[in-house]
Amino acid sequence: MAEQSVSIYRSMKDLPSTHLLGTGTPMCAGCGGLEALNQLYDIIGEKSVFVNAAGCMTLLSVYPFTPFRGSWLYTAMASAPAGAQGVRDALDILIQKKRMNPDDDMQVVVLTGDGSAYGMGLSATSAAMERELNFLYICYDNEGYGNTGQQFSAATPHGAKTATSTGSAGYPGYKKDLFAIWAAHKPAYVATIVGAEPVDLARKIEKAMSMKGPRMLIALSPCPTGWDFDPKETVAIGKLAVKTGVWPLKEYVDGQVQHTKVPRERRPVEDYLELQGRYRHLFEPEKNVRLISEIQKRVDDYWSNVED
Amino acid sequence: MTRSLLTGNGAAAWGARLALSDYVPAFPITPQTEIIEKISRWTERGEMDARMVTMESEHSMITAAASAAASGIRVFSATSSQGLLYGMEMLYTVSGWRAPFVLVNVSRGLASPITLEPDHNDIMAARDCGFLQIHCATCQEVLDSTLMAYRLAEDQSIRLPVIVNMDGFYLSFTREPVEIPQAEKAADFVGEYDPQNIRFRASSPVSQAVAVLGGAPYSYFRYESHIAAQNGIAVYDQLRVEFAETFGRDYPAIESYCCEDADIVIVMLGSFATKAQVAVDQLRKTGVKVGLLRPRLLRPFPAALFRELLSGKSGVAVVDQNISMGLGGVLHTELAGALYGQADAPRQLLSFIGGLGGRDITLEEFFEIVSVTQNAVAQQKTPPPRLLYTEQEMREMRKLQAAASVERNELNNSGAETNG
Repeated sequence: MAEQSVSIYRSMKDLPSTHLLGTGTPMCAGCGGLEALNQLYDIIGEKSVFVNAAGCMTLLSVYPFTPFRGSWLYTAMASAPAGAQGVRDALDILIQKKRMNPDDDMQVVVLTGDGSAYGMGLSATSAAMERELNFLYICYDNEGYGNTGQQFSAATPHGAKTATSTGSAGYPGYKKDLFAIWAAHKPAYVATIVGAEPVDLARKIEKAMSMKGPRMLIALSPCPTGWDFDPKETVAIGKLAVKTGVWPLKEYVDGQVQHTKVPRERRPVEDYLELQGRYRHLFEPEKNVRLISEIQKRVDDYWSNVED
Repeated sequence: MTRSLLTGNGAAAWGARLALSDYVPAFPITPQTEIIEKISRWTERGEMDARMVTMESEHSMITAAASAAASGIRVFSATSSQGLLYGMEMLYTVSGWRAPFVLVNVSRGLASPITLEPDHNDIMAARDCGFLQIHCATCQEVLDSTLMAYRLAEDQSIRLPVIVNMDGFYLSFTREPVEIPQAEKAADFVGEYDPQNIRFRASSPVSQAVAVLGGAPYSYFRYESHIAAQNGIAVYDQLRVEFAETFGRDYPAIESYCCEDADIVIVMLGSFATKAQVAVDQLRKTGVKVGLLRPRLLRPFPAALFRELLSGKSGVAVVDQNISMGLGGVLHTELAGALYGQADAPRQLLSFIGGLGGRDITLEEFFEIVSVTQNAVAQQKTPPPRLLYTEQEMREMRKLQAAASVERNELNNSGAETNG
């Protein structure tokens, strides 16, 4: 699939070398969500207001500190998109009534975890898309209620151990397909990203920034504390999520879904699973071949339906 | 002076329009819906220069309202009952943003059982959320209070959202003659919206509503909101004078009727107090020294004014149109807190619960309330809280229960036949 628009981000050397987001946040070492945020904030820039829902990243702005050079508004777990609606409408009204210089306008960005995006905030998100709200939505998806100690959420993958799925089979449910749910609303843009693939991420944020309307992004966020791995492995695990085909990098534009990085020779899912403590019960005390095969089959089935 | 026939809902919509609200996030709920229908007609026809957006819930509606206010515009919204409760998390949350806006609540009883008719349990549930509260008894008052609410909310020393409360049906759907203030006069009174430092601009980034760590900063900000709310007493008193001078209508924080020489005083909120007023007139004709106090301002609670107005009275009967399960009436306990330990406080403070879910409170019941209070004063013995209910109502209730049981038996019998 040929890239239609010309991106300024063709390789790693095109990415910004200095970062806008401040350091010293209380996020965990190796936080995959912060990794993604750090990269996308460089492209979104400081003319932005981040509207946040309850989650790990609520702790980014703790009085009197913030890593953001732009603005921030914390709302509640379920209604960050409604907060974005209020801010966007207010800015539009101020410009229309000539009570604000248009240069003072900002990109309105919703920032929530998967707990809010896949669950409690889904109604507010659906309604924001239906109203064609002009906003960016960034979901950092660490596949569980991470801030409260990684209980399973609607984003938790099948078989993963969480604080509320500790049995030998792990989480019995299946990860909700939020990409498809969002895309069904026909918003301007939907994409999946991961911090371990910075060029793909940069291109997608760049593309989203060039559009108007609802622009929706899900960032897989490897989580050392919740997924139980050494923080230094965050990038490796993010790359493996793509190479094994567990996390398809794709985008939805104009009714079409395109995969932006197709792993032609997919690594076995085992390579991704065995690095994470949340899947240790699949390998110890003995290998759970049935469950690993089931996970592999679901990934294979997904890609068998992808035309490239 | 020309007057128009307006419902309470219509009056609220006029208040929002005359205050030059920029933005109205909305969600339909009975009996408030007429407010947003009216505003949507005006905005569609360009008669009101505001943007209206229908949200998918009251939780989102209050979030959007406060977020817009926090971005620096004047905001109006309205809800009722279950909607107020659905948005409750955000009522508590956004008051701390210190972004002023006005929310009209059309009071309606809460489930269960589900009902459409009015009482005050919805608004009482919001009493600790940080919004100031003005309670209305007439449609004129709804319009005027909406204008006053913006001044109160936006005052430099307050900066808190305000709820204007009216009773569903009794005010929301009742047409009364209302003087609609001249647009220029109303705009002058309310003034232009000054967001002060609560706003979002690219050139002056700000973090709002951030987290705190530890009890000390948390307490600091909570105390700040409380002190700001308390400032509302003095601000309201100034505002009231200015309003009276401008529009010729005076709204004290507590409306006092025949209280000066009264021995017994009834205390009630909202439009049902007008029923008590009729009872006071009747009793006065027979020589009973009875009066009525109707607080308009519930938050901040006008405790000092209550003490002053009730000083030296023999007995007070608080009629609560709400019920705190396991305790009784909310206004009664609040008043007890204000009066306790005052040297000249009334010796008897009685609690009556009535008017739940739109249940009427009849003249005879008010006579009984006064008589029970007189007895308590004479015997220096406070009776337990009284739940107003008549024998007639009990008979009707028993009929409904009998009908329910006949229907159930009918169903059981026919079921048995089919199965058999």
